[in-house]
Amino acid sequence: MAEQRHTLAEMARLLESGAISSRELTEASLARIEARDSELNAFITVTAETALAAADRADQQRAKGNAGPLTGIPIAQKDIFCTAGVATTCASRMLENFVSPYDATVVERLNAAGLISVGKTNMDEFAMGSSNETSYFGAVKNPWDPARSPGGSSGGSAAAVAAGLVPMATGTDTGGSVRQPAALCGITGFKPSYGRVSRYGMIAFASSLDQAGVLALTAEDAALITQLIAGFDERDSTCSDQPVPDYMAALASSVAGKKIGVPTEYFDGLDDNCAQAMHAAFDVYRQLGAEIIDVHLPNLPLAVPTYYVVSPAEASSNLSRFDGIRFGYRADGAEDIESLYKQTRSVGFGDEVKRRIMTGTYVLSAGYYDAYYLKAQKVRQLISNDMARCFEQVDIIAGPTTPTPAFRLGEKVDDPVQMYLNDIYTVSANLAGLPGISVPCGLVDGLPVGLQLIGPHFAEAAVLNFAHQYQLHSDWHKLLPGGTN
Amino acid sequence: MALTRKDIEYIAHLARLEVHEDEIPAYTDKLGKIIGFIDALDAAETGDLLPMAHPLNMSQRLRPDVVTAADQRDVYQQNAAEKEGGLYIVPRVVE
Repeated sequence: MAEQRHTLAEMARLLESGAISSRELTEASLARIEARDSELNAFITVTAETALAAADRADQQRAKGNAGPLTGIPIAQKDIFCTAGVATTCASRMLENFVSPYDATVVERLNAAGLISVGKTNMDEFAMGSSNETSYFGAVKNPWDPARSPGGSSGGSAAAVAAGLVPMATGTDTGGSVRQPAALCGITGFKPSYGRVSRYGMIAFASSLDQAGVLALTAEDAALITQLIAGFDERDSTCSDQPVPDYMAALASSVAGKKIGVPTEYFDGLDDNCAQAMHAAFDVYRQLGAEIIDVHLPNLPLAVPTYYVVSPAEASSNLSRFDGIRFGYRADGAEDIESLYKQTRSVGFGDEVKRRIMTGTYVLSAGYYDAYYLKAQKVRQLISNDMARCFEQVDIIAGPTTPTPAFRLGEKVDDPVQMYLNDIYTVSANLAGLPGISVPCGLVDGLPVGLQLIGPHFAEAAVLNFAHQYQLHSDWHKLLPGGTN
Repeated sequence: MALTRKDIEYIAHLARLEVHEDEIPAYTDKLGKIIGFIDALDAAETGDLLPMAHPLNMSQRLRPDVVTAADQRDVYQQNAAEKEGGLYIVPRVVE
């Protein structure tokens, strides 16, 4: 599989027909990691031995006729998901040596389906970043151009899939952390609705926004995995008990007669070439019989400021658990408990994480709470209402995933506000709790850009259906890094 | 709004973070920019809208108050830096 990538669906067919074994697939994945990852830095931990043992078990299961459709396919887990017996670092010095006693629900369900984890992928520290540069283990490189960022925070997962190291990797999306790196690496990234997938064992960043997602090569593969991980879990009190529909069955529906809303505000100041790629994608939908309609999100300029109040506020609270006592890094030689907390946290956390904790602490502090946090929660409702109003007119909202293709590593790292503005098109779906997907829809200056589709609450099936129908009639998702097919 | 050295020290204390002298200028600069950016919310017309605490405006699901999990203290304490007899060891708090 040198420069070739196979989707999950293709691998499933190869395994089913006996053309290839799980051991061969897993060995090929590990060999690709060995060959490419010293450059890409997509993995924090590689679990070659346990993966090969699991592959042998999968082959035995298949020989006995007990295999599921995805049994024996190698994948990767973002290093924010707890994995029993394997380090879970969240790309932080704080958790460098942390080994979880249990599996996250997402991990448990993928393991139960027979998928094989070959390792844990690199990410921005505690998922706080849009470039992967905040990782304690160093930035991930974009397979399309190693001088550029793969995006973040699930940058390791995106790079690993784009470079063909694994066909699929998990991600988490708090403000765009699945969709943005998928767009910048030329792959498909799907974030289900808030509450659709259990957050149990997923290290918390901003609990009212965090949602597990999928980085894959196609919407079909995203549907296959979402089918496995979605659904009620009593261990996450915010996990929805709504029934999970058959996502695979929904993929084939025609989009003829459906309405796609394009917020005119999305194009204010958007790079011309990116805008052209979007219009070309809309044309594909027109040819499929869908109607493209202008809609409005008048509060779009407030989305990023709202997000950067709500998410640091929740982060400052969530990360207070890292005190050096029960788990994680602990500073040596502190004489009293307060010094122990302060020294542990100052050394254990990186600069961006500390900045967000400081911002969050500030907006929650006496005298500022009403002006920032409470106000942001009200504006959040305003933004959510805008989206709901669009869905009274249209079936889906479409537009760019990011304002530009992948930027250079180091380009924005010194200016937090410039970095935050990268999230302009993605944060609204998180604030409103909506499902969203990014699919490759063109090249700008030789780099991939993504089309984002956002649906109403729990309309995962519709979002995946629109994305799949586009991919049946376009080839952008098949482009390998470098632009070859 | 511009943040002062005193503001930074106060926020850092609330957040239980240590800020070294040489880090103060970077914090006042970058946090100041972030606060300036989020100040845009001030102009938003929110009228009598209620704050949105949950993306689906759902209420918290409750469960019966019964024991459901086995005692896993020893397993959980494997990650602790210092422990003794099932207890976490911390610097003396009460004299």
